[in-house]
Amino acid sequence: MTEALRLDNARFLRGNAACPGCPIPKELDTLLSVMGKRTVLVVPASCTSVILGDTRGTPSTVPVIHSAMAASAAIASGVERALRARGEKDFNVVVWAGDGATGDIGFATLSGAAERNENILYVCYDNEAFMNTGIQRSSLTPYGAWTTTTPEGKREFKKPLPLVMMQHRIPYVATASIGYIFDYEQKLRKAKDVKGFRYIHLLSPCPPGWRYDSSLTVEVAKLAVDTGIWPLFEVENGEFRLTSVSKTHLDKSRRKPVEAYLKLQGRFKNLTQEQVQEIQRMIDEMWEEIKALLKK
Amino acid sequence: MQKARKVLALVGNHAVAYAVKQAKPQVLAVFPITPQTTMLEKLAEYIAEGELKAELVKIESEHSAMATIFGAAVAGARVFTATSSQGLLYMTEMIYWVGGARVPLVAAVATRAIAAPWSILDDHHDFVSKRDAIWIQMMAENVQDAYDLTLMAFRISEYPNLLLPVMMGFDGFILTHTMERLEVLNDEEVDEFLPPRKFNLIDFEDPVSIGQVADSSEYIKYRYSAMKAMENAKSVIEEVSKEYSKLVGRNVPGLVEDFMCDDADYAIVAMGAWSGDVREAVRRLRGEGIKSCLLKVKTFRPFPKELIRKYLSEKKAVLVMDRAYSYGLGGVLASEVKSAMYGLQVPVYNFVAGLGGQDVRPTVIVDMAKKLHEGTLQEEVWLV
Repeated sequence: MTEALRLDNARFLRGNAACPGCPIPKELDTLLSVMGKRTVLVVPASCTSVILGDTRGTPSTVPVIHSAMAASAAIASGVERALRARGEKDFNVVVWAGDGATGDIGFATLSGAAERNENILYVCYDNEAFMNTGIQRSSLTPYGAWTTTTPEGKREFKKPLPLVMMQHRIPYVATASIGYIFDYEQKLRKAKDVKGFRYIHLLSPCPPGWRYDSSLTVEVAKLAVDTGIWPLFEVENGEFRLTSVSKTHLDKSRRKPVEAYLKLQGRFKNLTQEQVQEIQRMIDEMWEEIKALLKK
Repeated sequence: MQKARKVLALVGNHAVAYAVKQAKPQVLAVFPITPQTTMLEKLAEYIAEGELKAELVKIESEHSAMATIFGAAVAGARVFTATSSQGLLYMTEMIYWVGGARVPLVAAVATRAIAAPWSILDDHHDFVSKRDAIWIQMMAENVQDAYDLTLMAFRISEYPNLLLPVMMGFDGFILTHTMERLEVLNDEEVDEFLPPRKFNLIDFEDPVSIGQVADSSEYIKYRYSAMKAMENAKSVIEEVSKEYSKLVGRNVPGLVEDFMCDDADYAIVAMGAWSGDVREAVRRLRGEGIKSCLLKVKTFRPFPKELIRKYLSEKKAVLVMDRAYSYGLGGVLASEVKSAMYGLQVPVYNFVAGLGGQDVRPTVIVDMAKKLHEGTLQEEVWLV
């Protein structure tokens, strides 16, 4: 049955339960094609818990351990230690977690595993809210965004999680966007060969949650990078480096105005002109901070 | 010829650590909480000195401690952790996760009262609060018992096709920090009693998912099979108790232990360390001509209701000692005993004491039992 559905070399099978326009299946397919079949996925409560199917079948071609929301980095630590203790070699243990499980409820677990430098890859697919439960704000929801728990727009800022992880001095931290899939793929390749704790923060647009047409996922994901609101970078053993098109974005004139990104998404439709300017100002400020990081 | 066994003097925490070392776990998760801490310190010491070869995960919380050993147990390792009180409550979500997923593993609970207000001393509220989590729960009376039950716990948990985790409870401070004499098995004997673990769910050639969504027609089937497994666990516990008793040359019961119940008119039911005080009380009562006895509950889940009925059906009255209380109902153990005795015409009395480390001496138990004998005891009495 499984074989019949495998139309190509897909590692993550078609016909799964993802919403139209959801990038998660493609993101997981890319992940698994890089990491290979000797990979264990640990998945906390999130959209992916549903996409992974039920007791009748799963689109995954590798072992999956479903996890309570705050437990995945710890479960992955145990899996990795056990496989190593049992003499297994050449395997990967990957946490695949949403932004809420990563930056909010599971944050202590993530930080603990990073501090211990567990030999795991942690990918946060960030759709910027608790989407599986129906669009509630998380600490990674951006300023100004509408969610069901921020009907007037979020007043707080997005938690700078990639930088927080960088401060843990783990061997590899990177950001990625599904709009720049080769950059994402390359970072997975790099992360695969690093020993210790690796963290990839993947911006993962959500058509129903961000309120845009499901045909626009790639465009939205590209614009996030092109406007500089989501810079692509990697930090290898403490060395900060911009990647892909973000390399050219130190020059403000090369960045598109953030309005181009915001106006495609219904979640930002109630922003005032002042708020849009405020967001633009914050992006410009962040890029000044990036300049400082590059000088280090 | 059989090597002579060692007789040691150890505090309870170190006796359990010794048993765990002999069980050769491959992954341990450690997080400190009084009064369990010195057990995990001892295990860390064994690893540092090369006496135990295991991955020691110095985890950031109890929730993660249970998550870590869950992951490791899924991936085929023999694992262990321990906790107490708030720690057990904090790991509750993962306790249920492990039970629901039917993953065999072992955890020790050094029982301790729950805050607020703060108390680091003993009672059983933490332990009994996990009664519905699909775990086998056993409780020790003394240091030897704690050692024996720890080894039995690994064997029971990994018993072919049983697929249940085991929680070994023993009273905080009263046992964890009290030095007693115990006989330990030789390492080779433990190796024979505990063959290498077979359970493993990670197979890259034949991948499976663990814990995925079960729809409304499927979910209840999982729970039905868990109910069956817990019933089945009773005979497994008896079987392992026989194996272990034969190995050590002592009678080490698994479900309940009776002391002088054959000819007794009255029975006192207890669980944990104060069973020793009840034994002493029974001796004194017998000295005064009152035919009393102790029925010690060693396995709290699955609750050995058939044996409880068997031992208590002919008694004139039963007194249940409770170190845990279900507020708005009654003593926890008393409620279980009453439920097991449904339909029998034997009155069950409840003595609630020892909460938060309150000292309960044999004299107090003797007084209660005398009132029971005289028929002047109230149905529920608190020692306040």
